Amino acid sequence: MILPGVIASSGVVASSFESIATSTVGSGGVASVTFSSIPQTFAHLQIRYIGRDNRTSNTLDTILLQFNSSTTSYYTHYLLGNGTTAAANGFSGSGIEIYRITGPSATSGIFGAGVVDILNYTSTTNNKTTRSLAGADLNGSGEIVLGSGLWYATPAAISSVKLSPTNATLFSEFSSFALYGIKA
Amino acid sequence: MAAGATYTPIASTTIGTAVASYTFSSISGSYTDLVLIASVQLSASGQSFNYQYNGDTGTNYSLTILKGNGTSATSDRRSSINYQLAAGWDAGLPSSGSSFATAIININNYSNSTTYKTSICRGSNAAGGDVTSTVCLWRNTAAITSITCYSGASANLAVGTTLALYGIAAA
Repeated sequence: MILPGVIASSGVVASSFESIATSTVGSGGVASVTFSSIPQTFAHLQIRYIGRDNRTSNTLDTILLQFNSSTTSYYTHYLLGNGTTAAANGFSGSGIEIYRITGPSATSGIFGAGVVDILNYTSTTNNKTTRSLAGADLNGSGEIVLGSGLWYATPAAISSVKLSPTNATLFSEFSSFALYGIKA
Repeated sequence: MAAGATYTPIASTTIGTAVASYTFSSISGSYTDLVLIASVQLSASGQSFNYQYNGDTGTNYSLTILKGNGTSATSDRRSSINYQLAAGWDAGLPSSGSSFATAIININNYSNSTTYKTSICRGSNAAGGDVTSTVCLWRNTAAITSITCYSGASANLAVGTTLALYGIAAA
């Protein structure tokens, strides 16, 4: 199995990786981005983003990732480097948290970036697991994070994905989220 | 809803004669993200695999790194430096034999002219002795049109090193 962008491979075939939809935030910001009616014709999904939000007095925030409008039964694990120490944590919540995007206290122009894989999203027998590599560097602060998430409310196939700022009301202008499908 | 195939090979090279650097130039702005996949050996021990954009050698870069060296996991950072690091921190890359380090560099939204450019990278350097994840910042809003790959210090990219650049276009 090849997951371009995260797993090393020199054998990527262009036709195995397809763009599904994208959303770039315009002036004034947006409260959330939802990819709906996701085709069930791929093996895996990948979200690639740059992000920033309006979290008051903060340089960093996370993205809250939810599936099929479900707001329960999520778990997040991460291994994080903050420039000084490595730390790990795990917690339950109303969505999977993707670390990091930047907040308004970060220097203008700096956005967090990430790649999130949603594995075997069409399965109707397995709970869904995600993995991510994401972070933000602010030239003197910042974090790099390996993440894994679980949605265990139901083994239903994922037909919609919602992204919202976890501790803010709006994604900022120029944030961009793109959804791709990966064939087996 | 699907808009078509992407993850397109842009250019690649296999180093046949040791060189100080290799540059992907004239990169089209028609993609959304770039992915650079590297398999690297260097001509001298104790060195890292680095990259720069658009020929900028100034101190306009910074990075935060998460690393494991076989004993512990730690984190570090560098601010206002003149490079971005893809692989090799506690341990340098292989400099002989048949072992190479690998790096996968994701440069998201590289072609816009409004945001600073952030890349995230996985560096796999088991032969040298460490594994890294890095987020790098280039404090410049220019679209990225070239990427120069090279080693820290005076090491060369060794024979057999491969560098491949891909473009991903969003719908």
